[in-house]
Amino acid sequence: MTGLSIRNVHKSYGNVPVLKGINIDVAEGEFLILVGSSGCGKSTLLNMIAGLETITQGEIAIGGRVVNDLPPKSRDIAMVFQSYALYPSMTVRENISFGLEIRKVAPEERKRIVEAVAESLQISHLLDRKPRQLSGGQRQRVAMGRALARDPTLFLFDEPLSNLDAQLRIEMRSEIKMMHKRTGKTVCYVTHDQVEAMTLGDRIAVMKDGVVQQLGRPQEIYDAPANMYVAGFIGAPPMNFIPGTLEGEGSGLVMSIDTGAERRRLALPFRPADVKARPGQKVVLGLRPERITAAGASTSDPLKVRVDMTEPTGPDTLIYATLNGKRTLCRVQPFAAPKAGEAIALDFDLSRALLFDPESGARLDGGLAG
Amino acid sequence: MRPDKLVARIAIYAVLGFFALIFLAPLYVVLVTSLKTLPELRVGTMLALPQGLNFDAWGKAWSSACTGAACNGLQPFFMNSVYIVIPSVIISSMIGSINGYALAQWRFPGSEIIFTGLLFGFFIPFQAILLPAAQFLGMLKLANTIPGLIIIQTVYGIAFCTMLFRNYYVAMPLELVKAARVDGAGFFRIFWRIFLPISLPIFTVCVIWQFTHIWNDFLFGVVFSGPESRPITVGLNNLVNTSEGVKEYNVDTAAALITALPTLIVYIIGGRYFIRGLTAGAVKG
Amino acid sequence: MADTIPADAGLRKGLARPSRASVWADKWIPLVVLSPSVVISLIFVYGFLAATAVLSFTNSTLMPRYVGAGFQRYIDLFSNSVWWTSVANLFWFSVPFIVLSLGLGLLLAILMDQRIRAEGALRAIYLYPLALSQIVAGTAWQWLFNPEYGIQNTVRALGFTSFEFNWLNDSRMAMACVVIAAVWQCTGFVAALFLAGLRGVDEEVIKAGMVDGASMPVIYRRIVLPAMWPVFFSVLLLLTHQAIKTFDLVVAMTAGGPGTSTWLPSYFMYNFSFERGRMGVGAASAVMILVMVVAILIPMMYLEKRAQKNAS
Ligand SMILES: Nc1ncnc2c1ncn2[C@@H]1O[C@H](COP(=O)(O)OP(=O)(O)O)[C@@H](O)[C@H]1O
Ligand SMILES: [Mg+2]
Repeated sequence: MTGLSIRNVHKSYGNVPVLKGINIDVAEGEFLILVGSSGCGKSTLLNMIAGLETITQGEIAIGGRVVNDLPPKSRDIAMVFQSYALYPSMTVRENISFGLEIRKVAPEERKRIVEAVAESLQISHLLDRKPRQLSGGQRQRVAMGRALARDPTLFLFDEPLSNLDAQLRIEMRSEIKMMHKRTGKTVCYVTHDQVEAMTLGDRIAVMKDGVVQQLGRPQEIYDAPANMYVAGFIGAPPMNFIPGTLEGEGSGLVMSIDTGAERRRLALPFRPADVKARPGQKVVLGLRPERITAAGASTSDPLKVRVDMTEPTGPDTLIYATLNGKRTLCRVQPFAAPKAGEAIALDFDLSRALLFDPESGARLDGGLAG
Repeated sequence: MRPDKLVARIAIYAVLGFFALIFLAPLYVVLVTSLKTLPELRVGTMLALPQGLNFDAWGKAWSSACTGAACNGLQPFFMNSVYIVIPSVIISSMIGSINGYALAQWRFPGSEIIFTGLLFGFFIPFQAILLPAAQFLGMLKLANTIPGLIIIQTVYGIAFCTMLFRNYYVAMPLELVKAARVDGAGFFRIFWRIFLPISLPIFTVCVIWQFTHIWNDFLFGVVFSGPESRPITVGLNNLVNTSEGVKEYNVDTAAALITALPTLIVYIIGGRYFIRGLTAGAVKG
Repeated sequence: MADTIPADAGLRKGLARPSRASVWADKWIPLVVLSPSVVISLIFVYGFLAATAVLSFTNSTLMPRYVGAGFQRYIDLFSNSVWWTSVANLFWFSVPFIVLSLGLGLLLAILMDQRIRAEGALRAIYLYPLALSQIVAGTAWQWLFNPEYGIQNTVRALGFTSFEFNWLNDSRMAMACVVIAAVWQCTGFVAALFLAGLRGVDEEVIKAGMVDGASMPVIYRRIVLPAMWPVFFSVLLLLTHQAIKTFDLVVAMTAGGPGTSTWLPSYFMYNFSFERGRMGVGAASAVMILVMVVAILIPMMYLEKRAQKNAS
């Protein structure tokens, strides 16, 4: 049985289409992430799942039951909101038990559930406070507690961590992950933060302009993005996109790279037959920064690059260079880092390189399956 | 839409529509009455439409109806109100803006006390200052004159204007003044170059509110004015309560509409700002 | 040391620390700018309040006469049955006026909050009476309450020939007419304030309530309205203030009549001070009005502050 299935769902506000045919199946117990930049329609989709927005076209089923015409309360869901949406006039205890009260759960049972939930979230000492007396992190926990107390078949999260500071965000992230492990419930989680998406999700749906660009496991999306948008959105610092022209050389393909220090033709690891582009065509070479490292003794053919700027991050140092007129980031060990203006020999590991169409952003190399 | 939801929607619109009609009814009745002739008034009900667009009552209300002993209509009162309103609105708004700027952006020890002290003028029931104010105007030889009324309306408008501008400027970051001071600008230059240019919305609110308020005032008007300086509200009241001869309700209602017209027009044009002035006043008042 | 001054000292001069004079100016100009208003306020508000209080202890009649009269004016006032009628009338005006405008305003605000069409037009309709002078409002309602031509006549014309509606000339019901006109003028304002408050409630909170399974009435009763206490207090404060100051409406609608049935303290003060030439008694009544305002408003402002604190 599926936990949640979204079939060909459309949404328009007036004549403005916001979602343009979404298809996602979420297995029971799975943690699905909806990720995308602000305004791409994530919240709208989540609200439709919750029954807070009408469905213009298509079908949504929760636990195998089509819920299109059910009000939120009949969908057996719980939701955590970005603003936490705690009821301002109620204490923490009342906030958590309100949903149970509406569902006519007996008072003793309510008390038991509230206390158990509070215990698990370490907010027992806050139960008699009002939301305004809580810190951001505590409010976040209460919002979680309110959802947990309901024990629904489906949890919905709408950017629940985006109002927290970095430290708390990491802490709550692992807490949410543990909560999911413990309850085994289906989760649909909206975020615009790709790190959250990578760390939390069983699967990720990357959205843009109301369309799912790619749906897959985090590593899959990282290694084999479906297009330039996904490639650029997932991963920090983002993937380098080096423009150039595809050329044939012998039986293989090459691309010229101008590094500022030298100009060289790099052999590409694609079989011409797999590539959906002909020599002479303009392409974009996608290469993640960690694939460009300082050349070592084993590097067969290092490439000399002029350094524009360096940025130490601690574990490694980012080097900014200009390749074919485009800013490119490389990741080198701190001890190997040169100063700005110097040149450095770099090892380009092209085995994971990708090829994109500069116009449409579509993948051109054959390795789509990853 | 589900049927229960549909019923709820219809009920909501029905209630809102019903009250809208109730709220509009007095305006409608007054309007149709002002367009009827006296015989016409006696035959139909107050809701009946007039037989034609007959502005005789308006004409009489404007220029020849009796307001006590004089029978020159509302026209002189209308002009008095114009002469009173224009200077008092302009002066009180200007004083309010610079006061608000000083209080919000140049806080100094005691500025909060000054603000609260000024604000008190907005709370007091005016009955409590009427007698000394009348005497004071008498001492200045301004009793029963238009300048006297201008002074009174301006003075008692300052509290509201100051509050309005102060609350507007207090929402602006204090860094603005700091940055300008680092650039070498002083108090007045910062006001003139930085704050005034962004104050148009709040000036509109202030002017609309003060205009409505002063135009509609009756208490100051009736106490501080003489035969030559009575504002329009006093004129209307006199006209309606002049009990000589036959009661001409069509003239009374036309006079009421003439009195109401300026503020109604302002309300229709600047309703948005009017509401903002109201809510701004409510926050502190 | 003079020989170590760098060559560009002249250039730097313009950027040097502000001069003593400009520091002084920055400190005092705001005060100088505010001082006229402060002086005006000291004279026209505080001074005049004090002067009214002084007058209330004198023998003044038509003209102020600063001859001490002790508490005589207050004794006059408190032994005047019309004063007590006015105070009682104020109660019978204020309570229904406040309750009705609050209730009706809240109802309209809640209904307008339901994502309805034409909200702007409806709000404009509910609010326009406030743009009118109370004299205009009084004139209009006087006409509607007129038995020969107004509501009574209209209902009779519909066939209910024995319909009686002559409140304006009925000393027991005349105040009800004033209340109706006042409610008509203020309800839109109350609705606008409540609507602004309702709009201030986080939409996600309402969504959370829906997900929790609460119906709209329950969401309003349990979640939204409890968050509105500060607005409620603001409105209550405003309406009370308005009620105590109400004067024009009475002048225009009933002139205090029939008899003294619609006299309010504000009307009493005006009448005694300016029509009967009993300035001392008028001043004493003015002081009592001020005391009323302060006695009612200060505790309410305190409660409002507290409600605001509790809600934020
Ligand atoms: N009630 C509405 N009416 C019209 N447009 C809306 C409405 N709600 C959202 N939108 C539009 O739909 C798009 C998607 O919004 P949303 O789902 O909130 O984006 P996000 O992915 O940031 O959560 C946005 O462009 C937004 O402007
Ligand atoms: Mg969103």
